[in-house]
Amino acid sequence: MLSKKQARAFFLGGTLVTFLVFIGLTIYSFSVDNDQTNHDQLSDAAIRGKYIWETNNCMGCHTVLGEGAYYAPELTKVIDRLNVKYNGAGEAVIKSILMSPVPWQPNGRKMVAYNMTDQEAEDVVAFLKWIGNIDLNGFGEVVGVDRKVSPLSK
Amino acid sequence: MKYKSQKVAYWFFALSMLLLILQITYGFIMGFARMGFDNLHDFIPFNTARAVHTNLLVVWLLSGFMGAAYYIIPEEAQRELVSVKLAYVQLISLAVVGVVAVVGFHFNIWEGRKFLEIPRPLDYLVVVNVLLFLGIILITLFKGKRRTTTALVLSMGLLFAALLYLPGMLPFDSQVTDSFFRWWVVHLWVEGVWELIMGGILSFLLIKLTGVDREVIEKWLYVIVGLTFLSGVLGTGHHYYYIGVNDVWLIVGGIFSALEPLAFLAMALFAVNMYRKGEKKHPNKLALYWTLGAAILSFIGAGLLGFAHTLPQVNLYTHGTLVTAMHGHLAFWGAYAMIVLAIISYSLPNMTGRKLYDSSRGRIAFWFSNIGMIGMTVAFGVAGIAQVYLERKFKMDFMEVQAEISVHFLVLVLCATLFTTGIIYYIVDFYKHGRPTDEALEIKE
Repeated sequence: MLSKKQARAFFLGGTLVTFLVFIGLTIYSFSVDNDQTNHDQLSDAAIRGKYIWETNNCMGCHTVLGEGAYYAPELTKVIDRLNVKYNGAGEAVIKSILMSPVPWQPNGRKMVAYNMTDQEAEDVVAFLKWIGNIDLNGFGEVVGVDRKVSPLSK
Repeated sequence: MKYKSQKVAYWFFALSMLLLILQITYGFIMGFARMGFDNLHDFIPFNTARAVHTNLLVVWLLSGFMGAAYYIIPEEAQRELVSVKLAYVQLISLAVVGVVAVVGFHFNIWEGRKFLEIPRPLDYLVVVNVLLFLGIILITLFKGKRRTTTALVLSMGLLFAALLYLPGMLPFDSQVTDSFFRWWVVHLWVEGVWELIMGGILSFLLIKLTGVDREVIEKWLYVIVGLTFLSGVLGTGHHYYYIGVNDVWLIVGGIFSALEPLAFLAMALFAVNMYRKGEKKHPNKLALYWTLGAAILSFIGAGLLGFAHTLPQVNLYTHGTLVTAMHGHLAFWGAYAMIVLAIISYSLPNMTGRKLYDSSRGRIAFWFSNIGMIGMTVAFGVAGIAQVYLERKFKMDFMEVQAEISVHFLVLVLCATLFTTGIIYYIVDFYKHGRPTDEALEIKE
């Protein structure tokens, strides 16, 4: 029968081993050969765009990389999607929404009127463009304009 | 109640009750907005309501955990808290940080990172606050007459929760690395160290309520928290499938996430078995309801519903949909909200001396809130699955899908009304117990 001492050893040993493996995998996935975060393509404009994204809590309604609040559209491939919908004018549409002085209201659901400057809107677009070019292990196709067949149906 | 200083827990629990009702209010604002009634948009847009809703959840649970620690540690260490005055300072500063953060959200002042929205200067205040709390708890434990496993596991949980807040404060230019390390806080809190806290509180309650030998309960406590870390740490990988990092996480996250329900299953079996083995029939039935309820619903909400969408093949489609909200609501309710309500139900009669052990008000609170929350979970689940098929499989436009599924938010709001009725009953019951008193020291528990 398991003793309390053995149970404690299981807890401490298991925690230590899994934590070390976790750290190892973190180092592995960010190492030069295995990194797919698109970090080298990160421009100053995209970094400024990320700052605008955060300081306005855009994630409080939208999702990006599948993370957010599910109240407003996923923006990972939004430029591609809007390019298809508006004949290549995706970026211009996004800028006009961000620069609008009145709330954008698609299908009755309101967005805060951010009334951004041209430069701020450009920066957010640069951020979204950078996001759109990350290799997301297949998720980009699911939320983008292409169809992907579920691995479960193969 | 055995020590005077335990009374400080009452005020942490009172703060929890206040913030919980506020959290629910903002939940209703979001529910109505999803149905199309966003009349408060100019003052409280959805992103504000959402940030308030989730951050208040975190703060009221933390306040509950801290209250639990202030109640449990003196009994376990067999001595008074080292400083009651500092504990009150800590309580007031926690409340001030929470209120300032929430007010700031209404004026577009935030960091905008999911669950970690509070602005950076307030982060530093949180750190100071938590250090003060840990100082009081750890010094009390160090100076105590005994060091039990229950107290050790609870304190380890609180200590690691504080340490794991730090990766969330690291600045990153890349959204991918930002998100990667944000999960070190969020995931390793809720599917790691918070389970230590839950386990510690659960163990304390089972010892008190069932009369089963401490050695037996604490032995299984080690096994459960061992399983939690064994699966939970590498289970973090399920957040890394589709955010732009290497696909090694698909395999690692997939396997270890599938093991995560085991820890919760073990916790549920452990609680039910200890109850059945116990010869002591403690008259505080409500505390027992909440304790066993927490163990069972955490298995369903956190374990089973988590597993339902952490397989990479499934998550490819459910990632970033309302399916996550389904899991999130029952997981937080079962694992953390219910265990806080359990320790409040157990400790309140002991602190106030009023043994309202089995009131119909208390039973209504338990059943209404639980049935309401299960109904809300089903509503989110149906809406989420419909969203996955319409938006992700059939490629319908996001907003068209939202219009299609808005009826499920009517069901959500109705169930939330039942849930809220239960919570109001709980808070009335809390109020009816009156204030803590030193006279309660003389009453046998």
